[in-house]
Amino acid sequence: MTEKKDILTLPHDQIEALQFEGVKKTLVTCYENVPFYKERFDEAGFDPYSVETLADIAKAPFTTKQDLRDNYPFKMFAVPMKDVREIHMSSGTTGVATVGGYTEHDLEIWGDCFARGVEYADGGEDDIMHVCYGYGLFTGGLGAHYGGVSAGCTTIPMSAGNTERQIRILREMGSTILCCTPSYAMHIADTAIAMGLDPAKDFKLRVGIHGAEAFSDNFRADLEKKLSYKVLDVYGLTETMGPGVAIECMEQNGLHLAEDHFFAEIIDPETGEVLPDGEWGELVLTTTDREATPVVRYRTRDITRIIPGECACGRTHRRIDRLHGRTDDMLIIRGVNVFPSQIEDVMKTMPELSSWYQVELTTVAHLDRVTLKVEMEQGFDFDEIRQIEGLQKALEAKLKAALSVGIKVRIVEPKSIPRSEGKAKRVIDLREGVN
Amino acid sequence: MIDQITVFLENSEGRLAALCRTLAWANINMKSLVIADTTDYGVVRIICDDPARALDVLNAADYRAISTKVAAIGVPNEPGGLARLLATLDELDQNIEYGYCFSINGDMACDVLKISGAEEASAAAKAIEEAGFKLLKQEDIA
Repeated sequence: MTEKKDILTLPHDQIEALQFEGVKKTLVTCYENVPFYKERFDEAGFDPYSVETLADIAKAPFTTKQDLRDNYPFKMFAVPMKDVREIHMSSGTTGVATVGGYTEHDLEIWGDCFARGVEYADGGEDDIMHVCYGYGLFTGGLGAHYGGVSAGCTTIPMSAGNTERQIRILREMGSTILCCTPSYAMHIADTAIAMGLDPAKDFKLRVGIHGAEAFSDNFRADLEKKLSYKVLDVYGLTETMGPGVAIECMEQNGLHLAEDHFFAEIIDPETGEVLPDGEWGELVLTTTDREATPVVRYRTRDITRIIPGECACGRTHRRIDRLHGRTDDMLIIRGVNVFPSQIEDVMKTMPELSSWYQVELTTVAHLDRVTLKVEMEQGFDFDEIRQIEGLQKALEAKLKAALSVGIKVRIVEPKSIPRSEGKAKRVIDLREGVN
Repeated sequence: MIDQITVFLENSEGRLAALCRTLAWANINMKSLVIADTTDYGVVRIICDDPARALDVLNAADYRAISTKVAAIGVPNEPGGLARLLATLDELDQNIEYGYCFSINGDMACDVLKISGAEEASAAAKAIEEAGFKLLKQEDIA
C-alpha cells in the first residue's frame, strides 16, 4: 500500500517522466498491434518512434468515438483474445455502443483507480460500500465494485433498481459509502423521506461517490443535506477504462486525474489545438499502461479544464474541473449553446421547485421551442392561480437572464417526471431534423 | 373559517377522475368541487367532510395538495342572497381572490370566499357577522 500512497504525492516532474515512458509505449504498441492506428498514423505522417517529449504527442492524430464504433467489436484490441479477461460496453447514451477490453492487469488498474476515491475519503477496511450502479456491460457497477474490493471495503453488489430494497439494505447493513449516479442517490433520498425515514439518522452513509452524469454544485449541496454525507464526483468513460479516470478528494475542488495511468490534454473542440491549463475545452485522453484497449488522444467530448495549481490535500496529480457537460449533451437552441446543468443551477435558486426536471425540445413553425417541466416542492402555497403563474414567470425570467434563450416553463404534478435508476433522461429532443 | 383542499392537477385525460376515485376509496364525501383551469393545468378546490384526512390521503397518493382557510358564509337560498353579502364586503373595500357557492339544503346556500391576508380576513368576517350573515364552521357543513 505504501507504494500506491506514494504515487499520489509523487513530484509532478516524476509523474511526467512516468507518463512520457507510458505514452511512448502506448504509441508503439498501438502502431504495431492495431491496424487502425498504423493506418491512421501513417496517413497523418506521424512517426510513433520519433516522440521526444510529452508535448510531441500533440502531433499524433485524434481517435474519436466513431473510430471505435467502426472497429467494433474487437479490432481496437492490442492483445490476443486469450489475454482478455473482461469486456465492457459504453452505455450507449449517445448512440451505438463502443467496446472496451480488459486484461488482468487492466482490471487491477481499474480497481486501483476507483479505490482512490475511497482513499481520498480516508476509507478502507472499516467501510461498507453499497454499489447501486447497474452491473453488467455498463462500467459503473463493476468499476465501483472492483474499487471497493481493492480499497478493502466490504462491497455490496446491489446493482440498480428496487429502490425500497436499496433503502432497506442501506439501513440494515449500515453502508458507509454509496456508489451510484447522483440522480439515483437523490431518488433514494427522496423515497426514503417519503417512506417516513430520516436518511440523515437512519443511514450511516458518510461518503457518496457519484458520477456518470454531470450534476451541479447546488444539486450536490441538496444531496449532502438530505443524506448527511459528503459527495465526491467521479469521472470515467468506457472508452478509456470506466469510472476512476478522475475522482474528487475531500477538498471538493476538482477531480484528481489518475495521471500515472492517463495523459490528459484539453483542446479547442473546433480547431483541435491544445489549450493551456485553466482554459475550458474538450478533454483528450491517452492511456499510459492499458493493455487490451489502449487509446491514443481519445476525444472524450467532455468539457472541462485543468485546474492550475496544487490541491490543498497535498496530492500532486493534476485536477480537472467538474464537467460542464458533454459536447454532445450541449443543446443548441436557436443558435445558443445551453447545457442542462445550467438550467439546473437556475432552478436550484428557487426553493419552491424540486430537483427534478425535464427539458423538451420541439419544433413550432420551424423554430426551436423549449419547454422545461418542473415540479413544485411540497409546502408551496399554490391556492391562487397567480401564485403558480408567478412561479412560472419568475423561473422563465431567471432562465432568460442566465441562458439568453427563452424557455417556457411548465409546472407538472409531483413524480410525473420519471425517476431514474441509471442515467437521468433530462432532455427529450423531438425537434424536426435533429434526430 | 373552514378548510378547503386545493389540488394541483395537470390538464390531462383521467386526472380528475383519478383524484375523485382516490377520495372515494378513502370514503371522503365532497360537498363541493370547483375547478379553476388554465391551458396546462387546473387548480381543484374541494370542500369535504374530513379535510384533514383528505389531505393525508392525497399527499400519500402523490398529489400536490394543500389545505387553505376560506370563509364560508351561510346565505338564505333566495334571489339576492349573494348580492347582499357582496355589497357588505364592497363597503369594506375588501378584495376577494375567488369565490363559489353551493347549497347545503333547500333553505340555505354556502358562499365560499377567499380573502387575502389574515387581518383582512378577520375584519371581513366581523363585518359579515355584524351584517347578519352566519359564518359557518366545519361542523356546519359536514
